[in-house]
Amino acid sequence: MSDPFPSSAPPVVDIKRVTRRFGTKTALDEVSLVVPRGGVFGLIGGNGAGKTTLIKHILGMFKPQAGSVQVFGLDPVENPVGTLGRIGYLSEERDLPNWMRVGELMRYTQAFFPNWDETYAEELRVAFDLDPKAKVQNLSRGQRARAGLLVALAHRPDLLVLDEPSSGLDPVVRRDILGAIIRTIADEGRTVLFSSHLLDEVERVADRVAIIHQGRIVLTAPMDEIKDTHRRMTLRFGQSIDRPPALVGTLACDGGGAEWTYICNGESSQLRRAADALGATVVDDASLTLDEIFVSRVLK
Amino acid sequence: MQIHISAANGVAIYLQIVNQIKYLVASGRLAPGEELPAIRVLAERLVVNPNTVARAYRELEAAGIVEKRRTAGTYVSDQGSPLARRERIKILTERIDALLAEAQQLDVPFADVVKLVEQRQAALQPSPS
Repeated sequence: MSDPFPSSAPPVVDIKRVTRRFGTKTALDEVSLVVPRGGVFGLIGGNGAGKTTLIKHILGMFKPQAGSVQVFGLDPVENPVGTLGRIGYLSEERDLPNWMRVGELMRYTQAFFPNWDETYAEELRVAFDLDPKAKVQNLSRGQRARAGLLVALAHRPDLLVLDEPSSGLDPVVRRDILGAIIRTIADEGRTVLFSSHLLDEVERVADRVAIIHQGRIVLTAPMDEIKDTHRRMTLRFGQSIDRPPALVGTLACDGGGAEWTYICNGESSQLRRAADALGATVVDDASLTLDEIFVSRVLK
Repeated sequence: MQIHISAANGVAIYLQIVNQIKYLVASGRLAPGEELPAIRVLAERLVVNPNTVARAYRELEAAGIVEKRRTAGTYVSDQGSPLARRERIKILTERIDALLAEAQQLDVPFADVVKLVEQRQAALQPSPS
């Protein structure tokens, strides 16, 4: 399988065994994660899985209680200028200063980023149909997300971090956000990390995925590999059985009588051989959507 | 070039692109020598990762359906026609296999399937007037 990320390039984000507790709750449990340069990395997980906590470590808002975080080879807590200056960030709450007007927000943000591209910022403002005189607090939900996206993009960051960018937005704004992700990585060498629970979006734009569940990374791999190694296979046995026999790499199994459907992790040919060995006929063999893979992984 | 991507059907997105471009070439809607959209342009239009489009183009190139030219564009191969015929047969073979599998599951004998195909062919012919 071709890996679009040569391992020789240093990773943009390198997280090693990071643990974070809030009181008695463990939000991150020895999480290790490598985000290679130049691609779209999708971080997926349910509510409270630890996505936002992990992102806040990358941005240096949280200091790891154990383990280490490196962004562009630097510790983001000790080197906020060297890291944050190269990151564009859109938070889930899209916490923008409400008292400002859109034009003021743009000038204000520009002051923090030497690489701010005024022409590009203006292009985005027009494309997003944002009125420079409009007060941020009066913006609709969608326009607020677009304003947040504008200030995250206009300094052409090396790393764009989007935390649940699509949540609660209509399809038109969601498309703007996905378009921004695609344009960002089409520019040589830029990297996008985004968290989402809209898995069809992740499937469209991410080339690498990590599934986080209860503070742990349960799976991280290139998207193609994940798609190629998860199958839904329906087997027909010679007679009715009460309990289906185990098949290699089974994540979930459902059915009854002589027909049982397995969700498994493995190559199709290997699974078929295993089914043969059980004396079963394969009546259906299909690839899964990322959504189905996610569910089978976290319900395990 | 009309391509429709669905993340909901389980087929890898690069394969959806490959299959649909093959289909467009086989059906003549993409002519030999015609230029395909640039990777970045198609990625933005379909809202998919540019690496996915690049992979689809690489597969199509390896299959001889498209070729890269010095100007960096990707074009439908000139030798498209014999290949197109093979591709047409392949598309039909897949459909026939699916039909036969379904007929078997529905317990319809093969002879009846053949009869049905003939009936449909007759029904779809323009009536002589």
